[in-house]
Amino acid sequence: MNQKPLSISANWQATPYALVFLLLFLIPLALILMVSFWNFNDYEIIPAFTLRNYIAIFDGCGSLNEYGDVCVTFKTYFATLRMSFLVWLVTLLLGFSVAYFLAFHVRSANVQTLLFVLCTIPFWTSNVIRMISWIPLLGRNGLVNQALVGAGVVDKPIEWLLFSEFSVVLAFVHLFTMFMIVPIFNSMMRIDRSLLEAANDAGASAWQTLWNVIVPLSRTGVIIGSIFVITMVMGDFVTVGVMGGQQIASVGKIIQVQTSALQLPLAAANAVILLLVALMIIWGLTRLVDIRREL
Amino acid sequence: MSNKKYAPKRASGYLPLLAIFVLFVIFLYGPMITIFILSFQGTDGGLTFPLRGISLHWFGKLAEGLGVVDIAAALKRSLLLGLVVMLITVAFSVLAGLAFRKKLCGGNALFYVTVASLIMPSIIVSLGIGLQFRLLDNGMKYVLEAFGATSMLESFGTSLGMFTSALGAHLTWTLPFGLLIMFAVFNRFNRAYEEAAADLGATPWQTFRFVVFPLIAPSVVGIGMFGFTLSWDEIARTSQAIGDVNTLPLELQGLTTTVTNPAIYALGTLTTLVSFVVMGVTIAAAMWLARKRK
Repeated sequence: MNQKPLSISANWQATPYALVFLLLFLIPLALILMVSFWNFNDYEIIPAFTLRNYIAIFDGCGSLNEYGDVCVTFKTYFATLRMSFLVWLVTLLLGFSVAYFLAFHVRSANVQTLLFVLCTIPFWTSNVIRMISWIPLLGRNGLVNQALVGAGVVDKPIEWLLFSEFSVVLAFVHLFTMFMIVPIFNSMMRIDRSLLEAANDAGASAWQTLWNVIVPLSRTGVIIGSIFVITMVMGDFVTVGVMGGQQIASVGKIIQVQTSALQLPLAAANAVILLLVALMIIWGLTRLVDIRREL
Repeated sequence: MSNKKYAPKRASGYLPLLAIFVLFVIFLYGPMITIFILSFQGTDGGLTFPLRGISLHWFGKLAEGLGVVDIAAALKRSLLLGLVVMLITVAFSVLAGLAFRKKLCGGNALFYVTVASLIMPSIIVSLGIGLQFRLLDNGMKYVLEAFGATSMLESFGTSLGMFTSALGAHLTWTLPFGLLIMFAVFNRFNRAYEEAAADLGATPWQTFRFVVFPLIAPSVVGIGMFGFTLSWDEIARTSQAIGDVNTLPLELQGLTTTVTNPAIYALGTLTTLVSFVVMGVTIAAAMWLARKRK
């Protein structure tokens, strides 16, 4: 055992951790930016500056085409953004309700911990398993269709339950609500309970207390949760692939397909654009709140 | 605890919220339970209900391998990778956690990078690492060519692989969780113990080994669990940053489009069991360590 007084400085202790992020996060990001301006052919990428990739992505985006549609890139981004918005809205409402119930209605600290853990356990299991576990429920011969046909609600099985935008959004909600619950619950647990008492004493209704006290004080949790959910949905390709039956377009899916086809500079350019859009949303989210606070 | 004294009047939304909570838990666990049941589907059974008998038939199919996929080999690879990721995650994040308690130059920047890595869309991280190692390959080939090392050039395949690029991709995902857990631990840590040890003449190493470490040990076990389970299930960051071999979840993802029998549920049950065993071991170990501390 080492008997000498160790004087390892903090910088040395943080070095292995910092190196991982320098070598495997910051440099790769810089490389993406660099390669997005490179050329490529069928066999290899060519280190020569070109705007070709960006031009290819936005080709025809300046105007509507002859059918009155926007270009593919815009279409894909609209679809992805719409999906992100839907998932965000549902996970926010659901996550907030669950967190509120846990934080304010469950009175025993032990029960609270137990229920909280119950909500988080699935996070440590495989996402793909959780996706395919919808097949026996939503498939053409799944439980839902069996029940609906059996009850005479529909004549023949509903097709859009599985491998559709519906099932993709459902799976996202299933997978990501936990990312809302945890930060919002954390914020709510920090709220000084005497504030609620004060609101109550001052004659605020339950809704007024919720809207004017709890919601503003849960702000940090809501923003952290929203950033998590939106960035994960924006860049996803696994859920969209598996639950959409490989039929639904998303920005993440485009990057994945182009990478697999070794069109790396094109994929890199798409990644840069995705990153910019995601940063804009994150910036907007944080701004939105600051403005509200100042009003 | 002040929250015990006051909660909003029970009348305001208790029942609807209770209903939402119960439905949410059913929503969370219901599908998992269905595939658990269906993985014991009889020999003639299909992907949906009804159950046609109960058997271990599909687990047997799994052991034989599904199509061209060798499940047992993928399972071993994933276990090994998970263990390596776990060890590195624990070591690096505990060290970094200790560093953040002192004056650390660039500490703020490192924290922001950590958060950025956590919320960065996984496909971008994966693409970046894949790109990096491919460029490295090109560089290596260029250098070998320049030195005329023809035989080495011929035997050189790619630097992409399980314990190079894939390991790195996993670490960008597990380490942030490790560091954030360390922050949570040290935020609640009472420095008086350390100061007492130092006053009694303990060296920094002794203070860490006999005072600080036993106190944080249960959380360190938790970091290990995060490291293993996150790696065990990771797909998005690995997908573009792995060479010819695949991890179990990647194989599983591929199988979702090709396998149309309950063997895939059996695989689901199996991987979920591994996750649960790891969680169980973690909780047991953390409780044991916490009791030992007293």
